[in-house]
Amino acid sequence: MSQQVNYDDVEVGTELPVVSYPVTRLSLVKYCGASGDFNVIHWNERIAKAVGLPDVIAHGMFTMAQAGRFVTDWAGDRGTVTEFGVRFSAMVVVPDDDKGATIEVSGTVEEKLPDRKVALALTARWADAKVLTRARAVVKLP
Amino acid sequence: MAVNRDYVGRTFPASEPYEVSRVKIADFAAAIGDSNPVYTDRAAAQAAGHADVIAPPTFAIVVSIVGSGAAIADPGLGLNYAMVVHGEQRFEYSRPITAGDVLTAQATITDIKDAGRNVMLTTSTQIRTVDGEHVCTALSTLVERGGAG
Repeated sequence: MSQQVNYDDVEVGTELPVVSYPVTRLSLVKYCGASGDFNVIHWNERIAKAVGLPDVIAHGMFTMAQAGRFVTDWAGDRGTVTEFGVRFSAMVVVPDDDKGATIEVSGTVEEKLPDRKVALALTARWADAKVLTRARAVVKLP
Repeated sequence: MAVNRDYVGRTFPASEPYEVSRVKIADFAAAIGDSNPVYTDRAAAQAAGHADVIAPPTFAIVVSIVGSGAAIADPGLGLNYAMVVHGEQRFEYSRPITAGDVLTAQATITDIKDAGRNVMLTTSTQIRTVDGEHVCTALSTLVERGGAG
C-alpha cells in the first residue's frame, strides 16, 4: 500500500516517475473476457493482418486502464478519480511471444483545482510512440 | 456501406439493469493486472471509505458498452466493426462504481463525421442507478478506418 498523498502537499509541476506495464497476448485474451470486447483485431492475427493492421493490437481501453492504474496508485486509497479522458493516438502492437509489449506511463501534476481536486497530465508510450495524447485525470484528494 | 448520418442525435433505450458483482470487478481488476485490494477485499474497501469493493475507473466502459453496444450494433447504423478502432474515451464520475450497484446505461449518438478517409462516431452514455442516481458519463469516439464515403 502506497503512502496517502494529501492535497495540501501536492505541488504543480511535480513529475511522477515512469512506470512500466507489460501487455501480452494472454493479457488481451483476459481483457476480452473481462470487458466483453471481443473485437477480432485483439486476438486474431489472421484477421488483424487481413484488415491492414501490423499484427494483433491491444484494446485502447487496456492501455487506458494501465494509465488508470498509474493514477489510482498515485492518488492512494483515499483519492477518488472524478474525470479521466484520453485520445488513442497510436496502436500498441502485441507480438505472439512470451515478452509481449511494454506500456510506459508517466505524468505531471498539471493543476490544483478547487474542492481538493488535482489534475494530472499523463503520457503513455510504447516503442517510442505516444499511444495516448491529451490524457488527463482529475482526482479528489483528502 | 457508409455510416448512416441520420443516427446523429438518436438516443437509444436505457439498457436492462446491470448488477455489478464483486466477482466481475475482481475479474476485471485481474485482467488489467491491478492488485489493489480495494477491488477485491471488502474490508480494505470499507477501510478506504466505500460501502463495498469498488471497480477500477475504466470498468465504467463495461457498463457503458451495455448501452452503447446496442447503438453500435444497430444494422441501420452501418458501422463495420472489424474496421473500428477506439479514438477517444472520457469518463466523468459522480462516484466510483461499487459492488451491489444496479445500473443502466443509456447511449446517445452525438456526432458522426468524416476525418480524412475515416469516419468518427461519438457517443455519450449516461450510467445511472435504477433509482436514477448519476454514477458516470462515458464519452466515446470510435473511428471506422477507411469508412468515409
